Amino acid sequence: MLRLQDISFIVESEHSTKKEIIKNINLTIDDHKFVAITGPNGGGKSTLAKLIMGIEKPTSGKIFFNDTDITDMSISERAKLGISFAFQQPVRFKGIKVKDLITLAAGDAISTAGACEYLSKVGLCARDYINRDVDGSLSGGELKRIEIATIIARNTPLSVFDEPEAGIDLWSFNNLIKVFEEFHNQQKSLIIISHQERILNIADEIIIIADGTVRSFGSKSEILPELLNGTGSCKFYQEVQN
Amino acid sequence: MDAIQKNLLEQIAGLHEVPAGAYNIRANGASVGRNTTAHIDIVTKEDKQGIDIIIKPGTKRESVHIPVVLSQSGLTEMVYNDFHVGDDCDVTIVAGCGIHNGGDQASKHDGIHSFFIGKNSHVKYVEKHYGSGDGKGERIMNPETVIHLAENSFMEMETVQIKGVDSTKRITTADLADGAKLIVTEKLMTHGSQYAETDFTVDLNGAGSSANIISRAVAKDDSKQLFLAKINGNNKCAGHSECDAIIMDNAKISAIPEITANHLDAELIHEAAIGKIAGEQIIKLMTLGLTEAEAEAQIINGFLK
Repeated sequence: MLRLQDISFIVESEHSTKKEIIKNINLTIDDHKFVAITGPNGGGKSTLAKLIMGIEKPTSGKIFFNDTDITDMSISERAKLGISFAFQQPVRFKGIKVKDLITLAAGDAISTAGACEYLSKVGLCARDYINRDVDGSLSGGELKRIEIATIIARNTPLSVFDEPEAGIDLWSFNNLIKVFEEFHNQQKSLIIISHQERILNIADEIIIIADGTVRSFGSKSEILPELLNGTGSCKFYQEVQN
Repeated sequence: MDAIQKNLLEQIAGLHEVPAGAYNIRANGASVGRNTTAHIDIVTKEDKQGIDIIIKPGTKRESVHIPVVLSQSGLTEMVYNDFHVGDDCDVTIVAGCGIHNGGDQASKHDGIHSFFIGKNSHVKYVEKHYGSGDGKGERIMNPETVIHLAENSFMEMETVQIKGVDSTKRITTADLADGAKLIVTEKLMTHGSQYAETDFTVDLNGAGSSANIISRAVAKDDSKQLFLAKINGNNKCAGHSECDAIIMDNAKISAIPEITANHLDAELIHEAAIGKIAGEQIIKLMTLGLTEAEAEAQIINGFLK
């Protein structure tokens, strides 16, 4: 489904010092797999997701989607090939309504009933939302759920979610788990960046990204116990525990 | 009317045929159609170009259309239209001007619309400006709107200029008595080397009066815009002005909001924001499969909707 080959991403800071955010990553994600990416903040997870969608371009390396080299493709081209991307912080628009955004995501005109189906899956009543602008009048949690509804509407073979649980309340969180399970049951591939044990727990595979590299990659049963038992590298935490 | 004039009429007033209710259609400097109703009279002015629209007290759910179209290159006109709206009315007034200039000489329509709105009346006023034609001659419109709102009256004004007007200076002045309310929404887009200036002056004279001036503007290419909004709070009142603008290419926009409180209980706010389209908005729409150009068009359409 997706193959990253020797991917590096280097940014140049103000003082012309170079920082390597992603260091020579090689990864293969198989068809129909639900893969969770986790790891410490600042480790390169979001950058990796953006490189897959084409929002950032790698400094070196190649990305293949279903054996097609997509490294030089634009965001739109990748979207058309079948990759979706849910933003960690959903974008706000003045004058674009919830229904407009879902219609654009679905790719053709949808009825109110159609929009209702997508919105109800994220726990929103379409009647209250379809005619509202996707702007600052919506709360962070509402925007996040609408963002996820646009990904459901897109219905692509691969969906990438950047911290979908951020800003979601407990009740919606249960819905969210159902959404991911449904994607998985429909044989769609999922890449989800998450810190939530309950999301990691329903994944097939878990990748730990730290310091721009793949620290571990394996089945959930291999990686999850290691994650939950480990105290990580925080020396202070280890000292406190002792 | 010919096909060009009919197209202009559709653009500015959404009219495919003669409207219901009262109307006066002006084409190339002359009235080409007029209808009055039992409650709404339209009278040609004798001392200058223009008409008086007289709406009897208590007129409810009626409309007046007074579109103007110019398709003769080089025509210049100055028109005075006065609206006398009686007490306790609820009416919709649709005005607007369309210029098609296929020649090399400038075509110009200057109009002064004065509203005398009676007590407790509600007026919805819609005004659209549109230009077309590929002649070198400029399409110029300078609309001036003068609004007098009596006690507890309410006017909603929607003004739109999306395409084709080379130069415009739009002046709106209003004075409000006790309890009167004014809401203005302006949508403006300029492109090419167009220039648009919009200038609001609102005097909140009455106790409990309020005004809200909302402007959304997009400037593309080498066009220039100037937005001026002055609100004077002369009594216990509430005033708000907002200019929200998107700038593209080499365009320039200035926004100069001004608020003056001459009374302790005047509450006045102004907001102005100018910026290019947020990159993340374009990226989000591209992740839904739109190209960059499609994403940009979608954002602008939504912003000016």
